[in-house]
Amino acid sequence: MNINQNPIILNVRNLHASIQGTEILKGIDLTVRSGEIHAIMGLNGSGKSTFAKVLAGHPDYHVTQGSIEYEQQDLLQLSTEERAQAGVFLAFQYPIEIPGVANSQFLRLAYNTVQTKRGGEELDPLEFDDFVREKMKLLEMKPDFLDRSVNEGFSGGEKKRNEILQMALLEPKLGILDETDSGLDIDALKIVAGGVNHLCNNDNAIILITHYQRLLDHIVPDFVHVMEAGRIIKTGGKELAHALETHGYEWIRKNEQHAAGVST
Amino acid sequence: MSETLPNDYFSCLLGSLPIDPQDSLGWLKQLRAQAIDQAGQLRFPTVKDEEWRFTDVSPLTQLPYKPAQKAGTLNISDIQHFFIAESHHRLVFVDGFFAPELSQLSADDQLLLGNLTALASAKASLVETHLGQYVQFRNNIFAALNTAFLQDGALIVLPESCVVSSPIHLLFIATQERTTHYPRCLLIGESNSQATVIEDYVALGPDTYVTNSVTEFSLADNAQVNHIRVQRESNKAFHLAHSAVALEQSSHYRSVSITLGALISRFNLDVEFKAQAAECTIDGLAMITDKQLADTHTCINHATPYCTSQQQHKCIVDGSAHAVFNGKIIVRPHAQRTNSSQSSRNLLLSGSAQIDTKPQLEIFADDVKCAHGATVGQLDNEEIFYLKSRGLNELAARNLLTYAFGAEILDRIPVRSLKHALEQIVLNQTQSS
Repeated sequence: MNINQNPIILNVRNLHASIQGTEILKGIDLTVRSGEIHAIMGLNGSGKSTFAKVLAGHPDYHVTQGSIEYEQQDLLQLSTEERAQAGVFLAFQYPIEIPGVANSQFLRLAYNTVQTKRGGEELDPLEFDDFVREKMKLLEMKPDFLDRSVNEGFSGGEKKRNEILQMALLEPKLGILDETDSGLDIDALKIVAGGVNHLCNNDNAIILITHYQRLLDHIVPDFVHVMEAGRIIKTGGKELAHALETHGYEWIRKNEQHAAGVST
Repeated sequence: MSETLPNDYFSCLLGSLPIDPQDSLGWLKQLRAQAIDQAGQLRFPTVKDEEWRFTDVSPLTQLPYKPAQKAGTLNISDIQHFFIAESHHRLVFVDGFFAPELSQLSADDQLLLGNLTALASAKASLVETHLGQYVQFRNNIFAALNTAFLQDGALIVLPESCVVSSPIHLLFIATQERTTHYPRCLLIGESNSQATVIEDYVALGPDTYVTNSVTEFSLADNAQVNHIRVQRESNKAFHLAHSAVALEQSSHYRSVSITLGALISRFNLDVEFKAQAAECTIDGLAMITDKQLADTHTCINHATPYCTSQQQHKCIVDGSAHAVFNGKIIVRPHAQRTNSSQSSRNLLLSGSAQIDTKPQLEIFADDVKCAHGATVGQLDNEEIFYLKSRGLNELAARNLLTYAFGAEILDRIPVRSLKHALEQIVLNQTQSS
């Protein structure tokens, strides 16, 4: 584990959240400093994706307790779009398709909206075209990506690349990647991981949500957290992911119960 | 089927018939006379008729508008914003009258294009063979009235192997309130011919008037025709239209119909496969708001084997508007190897908007592939969340998704400047709501 004295980007304390009256998150604590990569692992239903959606401001989830501080602001006071404008980015597990809107139109609209809010300059279609093509090289994307409708008919891998392309354009402070590795073959995984690594720097931070160790071979985390039943039950370095891969989640559960003195 | 019922509305309408049209071609006169006779015998449709159960046209009976008198001359500058850059062939009709001074008839190609009644004598046998054959007025009161009042109209004849590269623009402009117009179009595409036709209904002002149009397309073997139909009438107008298409062997008909205007509109499109291996692609978009009603009834008749039909119809309904779609597909007993798909997708933007959609498949053959589906819904919350997570606010996200819903159909218009103009209209309409 690194010892990092960089500024704190995200500070989550005792976060509880529910959907339609069912509590999913049951007290999450997490501190993320700039320059860090955090992996959150866990079985299906452990609350990983819910945590990602709560951070991005999904309207179906209600925070019932606890706090989220982002860049010294109360994140929960910000709307979904204000969070995006402030630099929170969620790469979706299942990006939506928008037939009828060219990807280039959509990307430029998102870029210009966020730029304007951050006091930057908008780009006209020609300027944007140059800009986006440069970013696309990073992800080895073909130029016809721009002319096709947003995500329509994209393969799983193309959709994930398109998510990382958006991350490259919007330059978030906090990038949350929700199962970005799912549905990727090994070549696509390497390209996507390469893109993410390229975007990591000392001023931003990444939270990777994943089931599997294999993504973490390519994007090496500083911290690995294991979630179960809406809580982070264990935190360690990158070696924790290897141990999980070898022993399975059951192993952690037993260890934690021992540590907590819980008898079964 | 029909019942004799003297009706004030019809007698009032028929009383305004021109007494003796000057052309006086025997067969044309006879056709009109039959139509007048038929119109007198047919009953005005009510919501008790299955075909009209969602569309109450009774307000029309209060509007027995006479045909317009010829309007004062329009200047090109009054109407040129309706022109389509790619189109070098244009017929303009003002309140139903052919306006040669506003039209543009390119001399190139072997294309025959002009005013139906003026050309009817020169091409008598050809026109007589087709006119009134596809939209029949036997059981159709509005087609009967259209034929009874038949005067000027658009005639397009594509001779054998004639390929018209520039789109043919038929522009019907309404300028006078409290009048009825009876536009008529006839396209005869001979074998191996190709063309793109834009049938465009517009108004100069926000007037109340009635358009009652009939359009017939006949495509011979291997003919290929794109048909773009744009209904952007005044929002107080009544628009009743019936189109019919007859397809011979291996012909291909592609249409995109856009409905934006009129207070009450009804569009019927009938496609009949008359020989094998023909194809049709029929797409439609109705985008309405306030108190508009837009009713689209289509009927695709697979009467022969090995034909393909694809249809997608979309409605975007805001305010207290009401959209109706009835898509009938008939596969006759001998029409084996028919391949047909139909999709009706509908977007409700307000709590008081209403949509009635009815796919209606009647399949009498056993070796066929027929798929259909209908959805009615609101904008999807996950889609809105996705866009907001990219920095767009709620309104911008909703507008983009609404626009995208319509743009998918507009994308299929093969005339670039028209596509862009309509995209702009749809964009403005999504942003004003």
